Amino acid sequence: MAKHKTPLLDQLESGPWPSFVSDIKQEVAHRYANPKGVDFQIPAECPDDLLGVLELSYVEGETHWKHGGIVGVFGYGGGVIGRYCDQPEKFPGVAHFHTVRLNQPSGMYYKTDFLRQLCDLWELRGSGLTNMHGATGDIVLLGTSTPQLEEIFWEVTHNMNNDLGGSGSNLRTPACCLGESRCEYACYDSQEMCFNLTNEYQDELHRPAFPYKFKFKFDGCSLGCVAAIARSDMSFIGTWRDEIRVDQKTVAAYVGGEIAPNAGAYAGRDWGKFDIQKEVVERCPSQCIRYEGGKLEINNKECVRCMHCICVMPRALKIGNDRGCSILVGAKAPILDGPQMGSLAIPFIKVDDDYAGVKEFIEATWDWWMEEGKNRERIGETLKRLGFAKLLEVTGTKADPRHVKEPRHNPYIFWKEEEVEGGWQREISDYRSRHQK
Amino acid sequence: MALVFEEAKAKIIEFITSKAKMKSKFYFNDFTALFPDEKGRDVKKILTQMINEETLVFWSSGSTSMYGLSGAGKHADGED
Repeated sequence: MAKHKTPLLDQLESGPWPSFVSDIKQEVAHRYANPKGVDFQIPAECPDDLLGVLELSYVEGETHWKHGGIVGVFGYGGGVIGRYCDQPEKFPGVAHFHTVRLNQPSGMYYKTDFLRQLCDLWELRGSGLTNMHGATGDIVLLGTSTPQLEEIFWEVTHNMNNDLGGSGSNLRTPACCLGESRCEYACYDSQEMCFNLTNEYQDELHRPAFPYKFKFKFDGCSLGCVAAIARSDMSFIGTWRDEIRVDQKTVAAYVGGEIAPNAGAYAGRDWGKFDIQKEVVERCPSQCIRYEGGKLEINNKECVRCMHCICVMPRALKIGNDRGCSILVGAKAPILDGPQMGSLAIPFIKVDDDYAGVKEFIEATWDWWMEEGKNRERIGETLKRLGFAKLLEVTGTKADPRHVKEPRHNPYIFWKEEEVEGGWQREISDYRSRHQK
Repeated sequence: MALVFEEAKAKIIEFITSKAKMKSKFYFNDFTALFPDEKGRDVKKILTQMINEETLVFWSSGSTSMYGLSGAGKHADGED
């Protein structure tokens, strides 16, 4: 029997979508019934009090969670987010309600025994409530008390071969799409790169020294299943630099109606006969496709790799063979200055086994941001404040027309001495030989 | 010049103590400013060592992290 009346929360259950309130109520009932006789290490009433404090917040229009705290596991500066309730007498089950972030597996593949271990652990030492997955990509374990943290950490690291994720001013848990494991569009092995960089940058993940959070996300292609371009401070997006492979016979089969466009998606209603001119050629953002005389031609030089044509006719068009990734920097959510998409910094880099070129770029970027970034300033804001050209300079990246977003606003060019032939020094006699006083 | 742990530690503690009336938590950049000739990564090694010997503790809001002297500042009941 629930402790608190929750009329406002109950109303949320009446909508058409699955409700988190219903989920929490299910856990409330499960913990009170306790069919497995679990020796709960935090109060059984924890989810019940969570509903209670949430209802109170809805009534009062104020939060009852305090801001942050000193919790964590020994030596780690992230992965645990301290949450304390400011009404612990009314809601003792959530007096402590810390969040634990665990590093999700690349591509979010699980074995069922891992999930069982995870659920058993969280039933015993936490609220039983999880978030699979948080916006960060992590496995999010919601609600435990301070004494349980080291126990949870031991279990996760020693018996589950897992680790805490990132939080605070750390490198956040890197996230990737499922890449080459299932997807024909993957231009590099995003899972492997995510795994490699996660291991390489353990110190940055667990011991905070950045001005603010920093996120890596890895998309195997520009379709962007993890939306790296919008959600990560540094995005790695698969691309190719040769030509889209075209099978003209199969193009004809699409045109002739033998193969359903979009791999049969949108088949729920009759959209009429497939029209390659309208659905492919005229949809190309850089207008680089032509279909004439039964032949599809692509001007690959002008292609911006949006992949729309490939998605419409996946059996006829394939990604190129000379593959790698683009690196973009500076995406963020709208806390200051509004949201930003990533800016293209490296148009193409081959993804080799040791990721040497990628790591060189990452570390040069970090060194600059750690030096110049203000506290609580995302790298996208530092870029905006100091200019994109500065990033190119500190990372040794040669400027390229693809870096240009729009015509410059400032008509002046401030040359540096090393950029000017002869520097700032000149022989006045030489000048006077050509110019009178 | 490489940082000597004990000297750097004393400087960090002196800095934190001198600000104790104003604040108890500090950004990473506050410490790099104490050692302008050193690389940020070297300063981080000192701070990590001080965390490991429990002289310093991490504080986190969830989105931002700071460093403080162990036991300094106000804490919620039950906050370790």
